Order: sequence, then C-alpha cells, then structure tokens
Amino acid sequence: MPYGPHAADDRARMLEAIGVPSVDALFDDIPEPLRASPLRLDDPEPELELSARLAALAGRNRVDLASFLGAGAYRHWSPATVDQMLLRGEWYTAYTPYQPEVSQGTLQSIYEYQSLLAELTALDVVSASHYDGGAATAEAALMTCRATRRDRILVSRAVHPHYRQTLETYAQGAGLVADEVPLVADGPLAGTTDLAALERMLADPYRPVAGVVVAQPNVLGLLEDMPDAGRLAHAAGALFVSVIEPVSLAVLAPPGEYGADIAAGEGQPLGIPLSYGGPYLGIVACTDALVRQIPGRLVGLTTDLDGRRAFVMTLRAREQDIRREKAASNICTNQALLALAASIYVATIGPHGLRDVAALGAARAAELEAALAAAGAPRAHDGPYLNEFVVRVPDAPALHARLLDRGVLAGIPTASLLPDEPSLADGLLVCATEVTTAADIDRFASALRLELAGATATGGVR
Amino acid sequence: MTVVGDRLQPTIFERSRPGRGGGKIPHPPNDALGRIPAGALRATPAALPELAEPDVVRHYVNLSQLNYAVDTGFYPLGSCTMKFNPKLNEWAARLPGFAGLHPMAPDAVAQGTLQLLFELEELLAEISGMDAVTLQPAAGAHGELTGILMVRAYHRSRGDTDRTEVLVPDSSHGTNPATATMAGFRTITIPSAPDGGVDVEAFRAALGPRTAAIMITNPSTLGLFERRIGELLEATHAAGALAYMDGANLNAILGRFKPGEAGFDVMHFNTHKTFSTPHGGGGPGAGPVGVRARLVPFLPAPRVLRAEDGSFRLERPGERPRSIGRMRSFTGSSGVLVRAYAYIRAHGAAGLREVSDDAVLAANYLKHRLAGTYQVPFERACKHEFVASAADIRHRTGVRTLDIAKRLIDKGYHPPTIYFPLTVEEAMLIEPTETESLETLDGFADALIEIAREAETDAALVTSAPHDAPVRRLDEATAARQPNLRWRGMTGALLPCPD
Repeated sequence: MPYGPHAADDRARMLEAIGVPSVDALFDDIPEPLRASPLRLDDPEPELELSARLAALAGRNRVDLASFLGAGAYRHWSPATVDQMLLRGEWYTAYTPYQPEVSQGTLQSIYEYQSLLAELTALDVVSASHYDGGAATAEAALMTCRATRRDRILVSRAVHPHYRQTLETYAQGAGLVADEVPLVADGPLAGTTDLAALERMLADPYRPVAGVVVAQPNVLGLLEDMPDAGRLAHAAGALFVSVIEPVSLAVLAPPGEYGADIAAGEGQPLGIPLSYGGPYLGIVACTDALVRQIPGRLVGLTTDLDGRRAFVMTLRAREQDIRREKAASNICTNQALLALAASIYVATIGPHGLRDVAALGAARAAELEAALAAAGAPRAHDGPYLNEFVVRVPDAPALHARLLDRGVLAGIPTASLLPDEPSLADGLLVCATEVTTAADIDRFASALRLELAGATATGGVR
Repeated sequence: MTVVGDRLQPTIFERSRPGRGGGKIPHPPNDALGRIPAGALRATPAALPELAEPDVVRHYVNLSQLNYAVDTGFYPLGSCTMKFNPKLNEWAARLPGFAGLHPMAPDAVAQGTLQLLFELEELLAEISGMDAVTLQPAAGAHGELTGILMVRAYHRSRGDTDRTEVLVPDSSHGTNPATATMAGFRTITIPSAPDGGVDVEAFRAALGPRTAAIMITNPSTLGLFERRIGELLEATHAAGALAYMDGANLNAILGRFKPGEAGFDVMHFNTHKTFSTPHGGGGPGAGPVGVRARLVPFLPAPRVLRAEDGSFRLERPGERPRSIGRMRSFTGSSGVLVRAYAYIRAHGAAGLREVSDDAVLAANYLKHRLAGTYQVPFERACKHEFVASAADIRHRTGVRTLDIAKRLIDKGYHPPTIYFPLTVEEAMLIEPTETESLETLDGFADALIEIAREAETDAALVTSAPHDAPVRRLDEATAARQPNLRWRGMTGALLPCPD
C-alpha cells in the first residue's frame, strides 16, 4: 500500500495483541455467500508512472485555444496568494470545525467569507457555502417555499439552464412546482425576462407564488430590470431571488440595494479554477428575516470562557445532524476550501482590484463586440450587458465547429444553451474578461471573417 | 471582549487601511462602464478590506496555524475517514490541462478529463459491484438525494406511486432522514437490536407496500458489519422496495464486500473519505452514486459516454428521457475526481484491499487497548471504527465525553466524533484509518487511558479542558441567541479609499 505506515512486524504485533490469527478473521462477520468476488483492477501504479499517466491525460485537454467561453464559468486571473495559501495542509486536510477550540482558523475564515459576501451582496446572512451555482439556486428556491408556505416558484428562462434544470430536479422531489417566465422576443428589451408575463403569472389567485427567480446579468449576458422584477414579486407576496455573479457585484447594484430577499449564485469567478465544472462555490445569502430558513452552516462570533473573541458554528438547529428529517436541508459537506479561496482572492486584489476586474471585462467585451460586428457578426440584442453577449451568425453550431478548427473557442451556440428559444437559433454567446487579450480578439475576428467569406463564396449557409 | 488572545488574529476587516494593496490588475479605461445605465450600477461601493500582500499572507498563514489537521496530527474523527491525503494528487489536480478546462468546452477539447471520468466510473463500478456510476453529486448527502430521487423515479415509472416511506435505522447519519424529506418521503425510524444491528423483526414489521426504500449504512455507524444484511435485502426486495447503501463506511470493506453483488440497488461513495480526496475544512467532497441496471435509465444527466471510435463525449440534452435530470451545474467536481482517480490507480486491487485490512486492524487494535478503561458496548470485531462509551466514567466522576474530548486536545490529538451515534450513551466514535502508525495508535490509547485516570483523580483538570488550545470552551448559547454572522465594522465607516 503506497501510503501505509507499517514496519515489517507491526501487523503481527497488533494481531497478537488483539488475539486473532489473521486479518481475515476480523472479516468473519461478512456472511460467506455475500463475500466479494475478486477486485479486477490494474496493479498498483508507482507514483513515477502514475504521474506520467496523469500528465498525459491532462495533456489531452486543449487549454491553449483562444477562448470566449462563459455561461456560468469564467476565466479569470487569480493571484498566486490564493493557491499558495490553499496548499497549506492546515487548511485542506482539516474537516468541518466540530471542535472549535482547534478550528479557529477555519471558523474565522468562514466568518470572514460570510462578511465579504454580505458586503458584496448587501445582504445580512451568507451561508458557509453550497455545492455550486445550480444547487445554490435550487436551495434558494426551496427556501422561498418554506418561508411563505407556498409551493410554486417562478423562474426566468434567462436563468442559466443548468440552474433551472437543477431547480426542477429539486422541486420535483419536494413536491413543488417550478414554472418558467418567458423572455421578451423582440424590441429593445429582447432577451430579458418578460415582466408583463411575470405580472400575469403572479396574478393567478389560485396558484400563489412563493418565490421569483431572476438572474443579473442573465444567461445571455443582458442586464435585467431587477428593481421592477422585485417589486412585482413583493406585490404578490412572493420572495425575490436574485441569481448573481459575484465579480459583477463590484460594479452592478447588489441584491440588497434593489430589495432582493435572497441571492444565489456561483462563486467560481472569485479566484477558483475552471476544472471542468468543479469543485466550485455555491453562494446563498439572505436578509436577516430569513435566517432560520437558510440551509447550510453558519459561523457566528462569540467569546470563550476567558472572554476572548472566538468563532463557532451556530444556529445548528437548522441542520441535518441535529434535526434529521426536519432539517432545512440535507447538506453536510460543503465547499469550505473554495469559500476560503474566494476570500483570499478578494483580500488580495482588494475593492479597487475587484472593480477593475469587472470594468476591464466590460471594456474587453466592448472591443470584442466591435471586432465581431466588423467581421460580420452583430449583436443579437439591444439591451445593455456587462461582459457577455450574443452575436448573430448564420448556422451557428456548424460555424462554431469550424472556428474550433481554427483554434478559437467561439463561445457557446445559443441553440444548444436554450434550445427552446427560436429567436436564438443562430447565435453565439461570447464572453470576455480581464484575461482576454487583443490578440485573442483578433484571432477570433479574423477566423470569423474568413469563415463568413467562405460561406458566402460557397453559396451561403451549409 | 478581548479582541484577540495570544495566537488569535484580527479579522481581515480590522487589518484594512485605506490605500493599502493594489497593483494587481491593470486600470481599465475610464469609460469602461459608460454603456451601463446608472440605475443598474452599484450606488455604494462594497466595503471590502484593503490589505498589502504581506498582510494577506500573514493573515492566512497565522489563521491556518489555529487549525488541527491530518497534516499536523492524528484525527480519529469517526465516520469521516480522516486518512492521509497524498500530495501527488494535489499536484495532479493543478495540472493546467485539468485545472484550466472550461466546463462548456466542446467534447473534442476535453478528451483527457472525459477519459478520466469515464475510467473512474468503471473503477468505482468494479469496486462496488454496481452496473453504472454517476460522478455528478458534489458530496455524500448530494449523492443520497440523487439516489433517492432515482428510487422515486423508478417506482413512478412503474405506476407504483403509493410508496411514500423510507426506512432508516436509528443509528443512521442525519443526512439519511433529511434526504428522505427532501425527496418527498416520510422517514420511518427502525430501532437497533441489542447487538448493534438493525432490529430485523421491527424492520420486517415496518416494511410494506408503502416502503419505497431502505437506507442502510454498512458497516453501520457503530462500526459493525450488518450480519443479517442478506435477510434485510431479501425482505426489502420481496416487499417491492429498493435498498440504498450509505457508503460512508466503504473504507472498511474494499475488496471484501461489493454492495451491488450483495443486492443493494444504489449507493453513494464519499471520495473524501474512502478515496483520500482532502476534506478541505468542510469540503469540497464528491459523492458519486452507483446503481444496478434497473436504475441506470434514471441516472442524472449528462453521463460520460464512450463512442464507437474510442473517443469520449457527454450525453446530449434529452438523450435519456427517463433521467431524473440535473443535480447541479455542469458535469461534476472534476478537480476532486482527479484526486480520487489517482488514489485508486496508485493502490490497485491489492492496495485497496490492504487499505481496508489495515483500517480494520488499526480499529480493532485501538478498541483492544481501550477496552479495559472505557466501555466498549459491542464486543465482536469491529470494522474500520468502533464506539467507546464514557458512561461509567460519567456516573462515577461526573466527567463527560465532551470533557474527555476537550482534554484530548491538550494531549495533542483531535477528538473523535462524540455523541454519535445517538443510540449509545456518552459515545465516542473512533476511526483511526489505515495511515496511522502503531506508535501513533499507542500514543492515542495512552492519552485516553491517562485522561480516564485524571477523571478519577483531578476531574476539574478534565472538565476545564482544553488548557493548551488557542481558545478555551466557547459560549455557544450566546452565539445562537444573539447571532453575529458578519463583520459590520466597516460598513459606512471605512469605505474603500477613492481612486
């Protein structure tokens, strides 16, 4: 065993002390007919060979392309402090701080994370972490049902489809209904949540709504009228859930400023690597009024016997290990190390740095918009956006594949992201951040120009 | 309130001074946000701290040193399998090809990760005797919900909609009943028999046409193999219900018992327990779920598939219409799964079997060392963990399990899990894992025996412990009565310095 601690005679000494002839004797309680067939696995691989195998697998992924992918996961520069600190064994080889006297590091770091996210969201209470943006959004929606004792959720179709699908899975289990609010199809508000439709859906007296879920920016990168959406929700006695992207909150109005009751979202942009989808950081925040409904761990400030300030997990009566079937959620293991990463990221780049990240992304996106428009791919919508937007191109999925052959990850075909939106059949959702270079933008625009010219030369759309 | 003790740290907010830090990110053009309507912009800047990089580093290094961790010492936290986390796996997860891959990258660009995930599913299927595995769940409890939602979908697909109950033993993890509730089921709690196993007669009595599933942890949270598991599974299936295995304790039975072969229909793995992915101060973990053939159609989407040409791809939306859907965004916690994959490959079949052998041997050895001093309610051989009780000590001296746990801190050990399972009075659930040396096991046993002696001779020394930790015992009542869940010192007072 590669990480085993035993010297040559240790096992024999232990067996002798216990008084059994062999280790096999310790497994006598497994009934004979139920004992396992032999494990058919490869032989143990020495680390030298294993490291080569892992490097070869990693090398089969292509991360050298000019990438304009976003849609819920964003490429950002992360200062070296983040990973250097995360690699300290005191952080990553500890577990849940059940023994606060020897866990003040983790506890204080969670309290600080809660505080940083409370500042960013302008809300009062932030949970210690959830699995990811999708699960956090689902849990936020369930919270609205517990708090209002209603069982219907309205979710904008401009919320990330993975979040909506996760919410749908959770809602089915809990016996709740999640209805989708359509998008405005055309005009200046095209691509945003149809607030007139929302108002109509909220007006049904026989189907009262627990919560309204809208994303800012939405999955198409567009900015929603969050104050109005919130007013409509509240007028119908529903709670308002804002799905947020945390870097944007350095510049965009935070949920607390426009009256959201709950914020949920994906914390990955705060210094966490893309890693093909995880581990990420689910954010759930809420107003003080909802503190007893929030799922997951909370850390609070208190004192020890000598009056020293200290931190401890608190309001535990919401949690599964205390309340069992009456708990607010079944969540136990969360994403504490990723919450720590987010805190170190924010602490290192600071408030100005975070604003610069958001604003630089917006500036790069504007350059990208101009370059793509000049190459023949104009924006599909008129409304304002921060750093992600849709361009209209002919035969988007095929074009996307041809651009990949030219070394460009040209965002995501909107037809695959939102297949049920006919108005988005021929779009690409593209994104820029502070790490997008002018050279990348040139590469994309040049490749696009060539492809579109080729398409015209061969008689248009394939 | 003293702001900080000797080793405690000010918060990052208290360390903040306007104008510190910066220089990491280039300045954007002044008009970068000019296209955004004023109403959508933030009115008040977020009051985030301003720190120079040396301050940041000292803050987090000093904070880290207030933690006890596997890398600093013995961490016998029962039910959590706090084994050594191999360093190679940290290196692997950070390889740019793995860490830099976007989750929406087309399959052609993601072949390395897709291959790793596909192979890991096959490895876990072989280890568990299951027919297929999903890697999507982010943690054990998330895996439980995934599994029980599949059970629900299975019964519904057969028009069997009256099954509204899930049977859970009283010794189970709290996540089991909480999961049942989230999936829309009523929990029926089954008592334990005197030998620590499920009370089979009570179980049979509760089982019926309303039973959707049973959730069994095997070995149980008492560290005991469920000897009558064959009967339980047979009765479950005879009643038309499905059997879920909570795989939290898989570290005890690698190569010895394959739940799928034995008749379980669905189980979750905790990669952060059995397969050594680090616990991260509370997470991330990963909670893959294995199923037998009849549940395969209901696995969450998307699955990782191998095409005829040997390449790998993600399932397309709608490709498997009976899927329960998505449990999360994207595909899974790949960064965690890389570590689990490396661990399994490093061990192979022989190594994994040895993992369980050594984990069980260590637990039985510790149990033997402590048996004269603490009560060991179940005499028979334990698996990877065992329950000891300080009930006698408490009745004699007033010293409780909580006190003993705190006194262990003074002696340089992380306490075991305490007051769990709920079925044993003054319980300590002790799980040494296979990566601790005989010297460490002996040192820990000596410390617990010494504490039992202290309880008799100087009870106050034990009840006032810890004496040698960064803080003494905490006022948890005030923390809950007047919750202070965020720092408010900076709001409105110390806003960031203007540019």
